[in-house]
Amino acid sequence: MTVVDAESRFHVLAVDDSLIDRKLIEKLLKNSSYQVTTVDSGSKALEVLGLRDEVEDPSSPSSSSPDHQEIGVNLIITDYCMPGMTGYDLLKRVKGSSSLKDIPVVIMSSENVPARINRCLEDGAEEFFLKPVNLADMKKLESHLLKRKQQLPMAAAPEPPPQQPEKPPHKPEEAAASTDATQTDGIISDCSCSSSSSKRKASAMEQEGLSSPERTKPRLSSSGLAVET
Amino acid sequence: MAAAALTNQLNALVNNMFAMGLLDDQFQQLQMLQDSTAPDFVSEVVTLFCDDGERIICELARQLEKPNVDFDRVDSYVHQLKGSSASVGAQKVKNTCIQFREFCQQRSRDGCLKTLDLVRTEFYDLRSKFQAMLQIMNRKAESTEKKKNCDAEAEGAS
Repeated sequence: MTVVDAESRFHVLAVDDSLIDRKLIEKLLKNSSYQVTTVDSGSKALEVLGLRDEVEDPSSPSSSSPDHQEIGVNLIITDYCMPGMTGYDLLKRVKGSSSLKDIPVVIMSSENVPARINRCLEDGAEEFFLKPVNLADMKKLESHLLKRKQQLPMAAAPEPPPQQPEKPPHKPEEAAASTDATQTDGIISDCSCSSSSSKRKASAMEQEGLSSPERTKPRLSSSGLAVET
Repeated sequence: MAAAALTNQLNALVNNMFAMGLLDDQFQQLQMLQDSTAPDFVSEVVTLFCDDGERIICELARQLEKPNVDFDRVDSYVHQLKGSSASVGAQKVKNTCIQFREFCQQRSRDGCLKTLDLVRTEFYDLRSKFQAMLQIMNRKAESTEKKKNCDAEAEGAS
């Protein structure tokens, strides 16, 4: 049952570059009693989440403390095809961040591309919704939010920030694989609106590989089974 | 008095649009989402779609006039229009956008131009019906407001 009390409602961050779709997803989420923040880009989403759109600096104390987030977000729902940072790029950033990796991420797309869907799910997305999204899809979010809540030993209400000191891995089968940068670079960005983002992604990943020790930690990656067709 | 007649008018218009394949189920989803906390939800979304569609179609015409057409760019605009038509339930326009994207993939300027004509015609047809719908909705809203005020006055008087 979804709580409707203002203090304990789940907070969903919705990311979509289309104004119409933002309006729609916002209404869908509000009708399902969620608190909603909408942004029009992946980089704005990262700002809301407390990460800047650059390499996260793990040595900075603020990036590892649980309350460095400006706003507590319980779930991220993002469009796949966006100019600049795609929903997939955002997913990777979130899952690659020590403070954010346990926030469930749901991807939406107007296109039914199995390779795309599989890649997102393998790389940590909870669900993939085909657009246009509807009320039935909103029901599915609840189980991911409640599941998250149950995994947190101390969480009594959904309000606390999602990251906790010790946390069971969300998906036990995730292998401690090394970066799959080479595998993902092979996928020429498969949506027309982000032809520039694949280059950006490649260079961003290069940067991250060189300067961020995060990369040596186990990542929620594709468990070695990324199949690119 | 006007409210009931306006509701009938609105229903007739919307039903006709469904029957002609201009709208699909998604439009019903929008109607279902509208409630007392967002009484203008449908008109707001419809208005956004009309403005957005106009902007995109103009841009498409501009892009296709260029001596060297950037088909990826054209495709990206069509993708946007397809997305917003899908979200609003504009079935016919959405389907034409799908065709349009095929021509973009084929790098066919001719195909693109023909499909642009088609999508423009369909969009304008849809838009005029949406505008009629918005007018009825506005009049309904006004008549509801009037009634509220009359009721309040009557209550005050008694």
